[in-house]
Amino acid sequence: MAIAKKSVIWGLFAAGGTLTAFVFPALIALFLLVATGNVPEGLQFGQFHAFASSWLGKACLFIVLFLSLWHAAHRLRVVAHDFGIRKDALVASAVYTVAAIGSVLTAFYLIGIG
Amino acid sequence: MSRQPYIRPMSKTTWYMRNKRYKVYVMRELTSFLVAFYSFLTIIALAALASDSPDRWNAFLASQQGTGMTIFHALALVYFLFYQTFPWFKLAPKAMPVYLGEKKLADSYIIIGHYVAWVIVSAFIFWLAGVI
Amino acid sequence: MNTRQLELEVMRYDPEKDEAPWFQTYTVPCNEDWVILDAINYVKDNLDTTLAYRWSCHMMVCGSCGMMINGEPSLTCKTFIRDLPDKVRVEPLENFPIERDLVVVLDDVMQKLHKVQPYIIRKDDPPPQDKEYIQSRGALAKFKQLTMCINCMCCYAACPQYGLDNNFIGPAALALAHRYNKDSRDQGKSDRLDILADHDGVWECSFVGACSEVCPKHVDPAAAIQQMKIDGAVEFWKQKMGIPGDKS
Repeated sequence: MAIAKKSVIWGLFAAGGTLTAFVFPALIALFLLVATGNVPEGLQFGQFHAFASSWLGKACLFIVLFLSLWHAAHRLRVVAHDFGIRKDALVASAVYTVAAIGSVLTAFYLIGIG
Repeated sequence: MSRQPYIRPMSKTTWYMRNKRYKVYVMRELTSFLVAFYSFLTIIALAALASDSPDRWNAFLASQQGTGMTIFHALALVYFLFYQTFPWFKLAPKAMPVYLGEKKLADSYIIIGHYVAWVIVSAFIFWLAGVI
Repeated sequence: MNTRQLELEVMRYDPEKDEAPWFQTYTVPCNEDWVILDAINYVKDNLDTTLAYRWSCHMMVCGSCGMMINGEPSLTCKTFIRDLPDKVRVEPLENFPIERDLVVVLDDVMQKLHKVQPYIIRKDDPPPQDKEYIQSRGALAKFKQLTMCINCMCCYAACPQYGLDNNFIGPAALALAHRYNKDSRDQGKSDRLDILADHDGVWECSFVGACSEVCPKHVDPAAAIQQMKIDGAVEFWKQKMGIPGDKS
């Protein structure tokens, strides 16, 4: 059922794209801030650990990472195609497997916090 | 009169160099590497956090500091904004046309709406992180 | 009236004589208010009667004269020479096989236009013969832009995904399908979605957006395709959850 698979994958891609467009600039800005040595209070162990221990925090972090991973995976599949790598089935398996691994790791670490 | 249609070859690997429009498209699509990169960097952060050890977390934070990282994140931020976020907002009205009677709602309303939502979401994230 | 000397570099190809296409240069004295089609007609009338190309209405409604002008898919009757430099490269539409000179083989796209079932599909009984379908202006507004397509195929020339894999059903065919899906008189959306949501349908589109940028009639096929992707995704979940398919 190629139809079914592609619409689900595209749906994840579109949701992920919308989410990353809104959320990632702030996320990158936070990494930038940390890189300059100014770690804001919310990212100090106490507060961030507390946030990531709460179920709301876990849910938010999981959704963001899950959708971003799948968005990136699908897009990289298209990029490979655009750059002349025609073994689509192989590329698709590779990128979606990595996204799946990322999702599992995310869940694993989130559950392990607190 | 015999037919012999001629098929012009198209390079599968360098076709996007043909004009500006295609080059911009490829630059846009390459932001997917950034999405993957920051996703995995965040997962690594969560791994450090999952140890429940302040020392490990602080070690992670320390590993993220430096001039090299600063420049990288600054460039990544600019690239991401101009080749993912802003183009995404600009294209959003195409996917969601809104009709009020006979007239279509002007694209600019939808685009501005996205910018406003983006500012609010970013402000919320910064507030959560204790930046503001 | 001022004249301008334009140097036209025109792609030639004679299937009976040539191994591959080549360029022939013509110097054309043009009136300043000419379109490039006028210059090509001048060549045909005065310089080289062997040049083969398509054109008809000369007013952007027939869709016959699509060509690459300096690498950009355009209608030659809409491209004013005042917007062009003195050297103009004229080539047949990209991504299509060349039949001869500036004439391309359009069979593939013609077949695709048929494939999307571009006609009103009714599931209900039709209205009585002495009545018409009632359609408000608001309902018409939703798809009117999509009816403007003149099948010039500039969008296919611009689309790199079609160039990379011509199994892709392509912008004009998809915009045409969407035109019927959005028509309040039509009830065939789920029928069409089977073709559109297929392997070489909407999902092949990566939203480059070139099609909409080159469209001379502002049909905006890129927008139509994105809306159909959403439709396809929503329709999938509706079917999964047992919600009956859309009637319109």
